Amino acid sequence: MFQTLQDTLSRIAALDPEVIAIAGLSLRVSLSAVGLATLVGVPLGGLVAVASFRGRRAVVGLLNAAMGLPPVVIGLVLYLLLSRSGPFGGLGLLFTPSAMIAAQTILVVPLIAALTRQIVADAEDHLGEQLRSLGLGRVRRAAILIFDTRFSLVTAILAAFGRAISEIGAVLVVGGNIDGYTRTMTTAISLETQKGDLPLALALGIVLIAIVVAVSAVASLLRSYAMRAYG
Amino acid sequence: MDLLRRSFLSLGLLAVVGSSGLTTALARAEPAETITVASTTSTEQSGLFKDLLPKFTQSSGIGVKVVALGTGQALDAARRGDADVALVHDTAAEETFVAEGWSTKRYPVMYNDFVIVGPKDDPAGAAGASVVEALRRISAAKAPFVSRGDRSGTHSAELRYWKEAGLDLGAIRGDWYKEVGQGMGPALTTASATNAYVLSDRGTWLSFKNRGDLKILVEGDKRLFNQYGAMLVNPEKHPHVKAKAGQAFIDWLVSAPGQAAIAAYRIGGEQLFFPNAGTK
Repeated sequence: MFQTLQDTLSRIAALDPEVIAIAGLSLRVSLSAVGLATLVGVPLGGLVAVASFRGRRAVVGLLNAAMGLPPVVIGLVLYLLLSRSGPFGGLGLLFTPSAMIAAQTILVVPLIAALTRQIVADAEDHLGEQLRSLGLGRVRRAAILIFDTRFSLVTAILAAFGRAISEIGAVLVVGGNIDGYTRTMTTAISLETQKGDLPLALALGIVLIAIVVAVSAVASLLRSYAMRAYG
Repeated sequence: MDLLRRSFLSLGLLAVVGSSGLTTALARAEPAETITVASTTSTEQSGLFKDLLPKFTQSSGIGVKVVALGTGQALDAARRGDADVALVHDTAAEETFVAEGWSTKRYPVMYNDFVIVGPKDDPAGAAGASVVEALRRISAAKAPFVSRGDRSGTHSAELRYWKEAGLDLGAIRGDWYKEVGQGMGPALTTASATNAYVLSDRGTWLSFKNRGDLKILVEGDKRLFNQYGAMLVNPEKHPHVKAKAGQAFIDWLVSAPGQAAIAAYRIGGEQLFFPNAGTK
């Protein structure tokens, strides 16, 4: 165990450009996916929170349940859709970073939408009466409440980022773990574990954790700065 | 309305951040010509491709992306048209693949060999026996044995050896026989953690770092010979297949420089793969 730890530390000290490229790809894929999912999930969650329509309860239940979608199942379904023999095969997207972004987007849209809905619904309990009395439509009410809760939403988006960058099932299936092209931190860790190079796998794992911590630290710094600036 | 404008502004900002990430990911597109090769975990995990592919890319300008799967899975991916070339090791399955028209020709490229790896103290007394005799002794002793169980070339070789040993696996298997359903590395990891016997290709074993108390017990038996073949996916079945570049890769593998590059790959001074293009 101590030997492994020592090896691990020396591996971290010697991290080469290849590891940096892999970490870069992981970040690019997961940030892109979370960015896209935010664009879809936040408005969707906000609208579901303020609108009243038939079947709303079912939609809320569906969103909450979809937070637990297994990544490997998303990967498998997307694999079958994107395969050359599948309906979207003509796009040639299988085994590319774009396919990985698509998979992670699908993975985290429900998470962002469901958390946004909860946060906005709580805010609506306080402010909804007032906003409705102003005669605002639901799009405007949703937009105002989303803006009002923006600092809480950052936490929801961070949770989505954490889920995206740490998953392996979906990116492995649709990305193929191709060296120098679709190899991410998680698939690289899994590969090194399989090769029995545990110190290197552990070193990569520590780098991955450092990335997650760094991203969340930057987000919370931005958040506290923005809170002071805009209150 | 100021609030509304500001909220759209922040959404817009997010969009810029998100899409810039997306475009950089897309912009990192492949060089003009890149082929996808469906191959096996043993070739990837032994480190052969890392050594071989840059040499091919340098001489041809064609990039190669390798998706490492079990042989059965790799052939499936090729059937679906998700690869241009398949480089695998299960001669019977490869011949079926060609017979079904998924490829027009199979090229023998190289061979390596399987070994039976097991605990140093060898409770079943398998050391030095032939492969079929070793399996008989392991099953008689009910010594722990790890099987790939993943339809890979190594798995189908293992099943063949059991049959050749005259043993009906369905009847004799028990707790001692563990199917892991994963690649060679995880199977070796499981074997090393449980002090079990396992059939491995020599390449993955040599590059495997977490050996524990395991060592090679059976090797050199003729039956343990493991032939690799390369096949171009038939462009008539899948028109998008990069036939020219894919064929160039196969032609290079079986050419003198390609064969020399295969022979030159060594781990700790040991040669892993033996080129034999044009044999059978």
